[in-house]
Amino acid sequence: MKQLRGWKADAVAEVIEFRGETTIVVPRELLRETAEFCRTDLGFNFLADATSLDRFPAEPRFELSYHLTSIPNKTKIRLRTRVSGADPTVDSMVPVWPGADWLEREIFDLMGIRFNGHPDLRRILLPDDWEGHPLRRDYPTEGFRDIPQTFLPGFKK
Amino acid sequence: MTTVETATGASKTMVLNMGPQHPSTHGVLRVALELDGETVVKAVPDLGYLHTGIEKSCENLTYSQAITLTDRMDYLNPLGNNLVYCLAVEKLLGLEVPKRAQYIRVMMVELQRISSHLVWLGTHAIDMGAMSVFLYCFREREEILKIFERFAGQRMMTSYIRIGGVALEPPAGWREMIGKFLKMMPGRVDDYETLLTENRIWMSRLKNIGVIKLEDAIAYGMSGPTLRAAGLAHDNRKVFPYSSYEEFKFEVPTRTDSDCFGRYMVRVAEIRESMKIVEQAMAKITDQGAVRTEAPGIVPPDREKMKTEMEALIYHFKIFTEGFSPPPGDAYVAIESPRGELGCYIASDGSPKPLRCHFRSPSFVNLQALPRIIEGQLLSDVVACIGTIDIVLGDVDR
Repeated sequence: MKQLRGWKADAVAEVIEFRGETTIVVPRELLRETAEFCRTDLGFNFLADATSLDRFPAEPRFELSYHLTSIPNKTKIRLRTRVSGADPTVDSMVPVWPGADWLEREIFDLMGIRFNGHPDLRRILLPDDWEGHPLRRDYPTEGFRDIPQTFLPGFKK
Repeated sequence: MTTVETATGASKTMVLNMGPQHPSTHGVLRVALELDGETVVKAVPDLGYLHTGIEKSCENLTYSQAITLTDRMDYLNPLGNNLVYCLAVEKLLGLEVPKRAQYIRVMMVELQRISSHLVWLGTHAIDMGAMSVFLYCFREREEILKIFERFAGQRMMTSYIRIGGVALEPPAGWREMIGKFLKMMPGRVDDYETLLTENRIWMSRLKNIGVIKLEDAIAYGMSGPTLRAAGLAHDNRKVFPYSSYEEFKFEVPTRTDSDCFGRYMVRVAEIRESMKIVEQAMAKITDQGAVRTEAPGIVPPDREKMKTEMEALIYHFKIFTEGFSPPPGDAYVAIESPRGELGCYIASDGSPKPLRCHFRSPSFVNLQALPRIIEGQLLSDVVACIGTIDIVLGDVDR
């Protein structure tokens, strides 16, 4: 943490401590640089997980979390960035950890966040012609396709 | 290779579609392979055939209802999935679990690891053409499933591990049952090794096949036996202990050859280590004690209390109608599943349903290194490589 602040004070926008987990909120523009620093200088060589959540209707609605593990130092940390619904784009982590490839494709597929510089940003779990991003909070659990007409607003018999 | 004139022009390579209905992809994985003769030039995995939207469904269930969904992700490791989910919710709530329940959890999860590795060994052997090992492995796995049936009433989708502890008191005669299994098992593992380890066909199908360098394995986020076969003793049970694993003595088997054979040897060694842990857990579990923590409003009260105490009845009603609300925040917990790091990330907004529930499945992350492993190998070795990464498609697609 101190090392991170010492390296670039702007990179640490906010620090959240909850239940023994440290979350560092990083501005969107500095995410890749910070990740690079974490991997090379702080020893976080293992990207355990990347995930996202949607706080719709609040803005900025998306939160992107990267769970990092340092195998040599036996520590964990979470990098987080907040992304607005109007422009859901982030720099990809694939150049830093190749393992981010499918994790980011999954986020793109289900949450609709785009990654700049991702080598192969395609849908991964859903078919290519799927409409919408199901993990967004404004996407109904039943989906759009299978709701019988009678339940849709504006239906008149 | 000779160049072949096709309708669209001169072509040297051909594209072969492997799966989604291919028995040795262990489910519904499709891999598009570009072949030059028998050599794989490029491989593109295509997934999602088993996507069931479990993460989305969890957002519409209360915390305790979602446990039954976690069983259905990695269907060879349902207890591990229950455990990681419950640990994440407990972390969110700041809930302590009684030691006795923790040991029961460890025992069950380790039995699950043995059964999962047995299924892996059996199905992998059948992929390589050794039919009899498959039958032997499933015979032993049946014994474990019988133990689960006695403990939880279910063979596979047990939902035995619950928030705050486990569902039920261990059944009468459980010590004899597991004791009998532990007595039988070492000899049976020796049998498998006699059949396979020095078998010339087995060795020629696995040795020096599907090699991945340690740096690559870490960079791709691989974990579990695949990473340990590459020479790194990284095991969440040792490095980030959960559920009192720090009190157990066991080894983390590693190999340095990082090929399919190394992964096989690591898994067989893990079966033996898991038996040691089960034995220690049995000694630690006392005959008396709580299997669930006392947390009114979160953990359902005892059946007896509900009949005599007003508050217990009210709490019971509230838990099953409305659920409970953890404080806003998020938690990520990772455990060592038979396949690697199984993680669960839960974010709460202070309502009785999770804002987001994400599972980091080891199969999904390990599978992305598959093209790296199989490019340049022969077509027949693709089967060995998919097999030894040990994917479960329910876990990959969720």
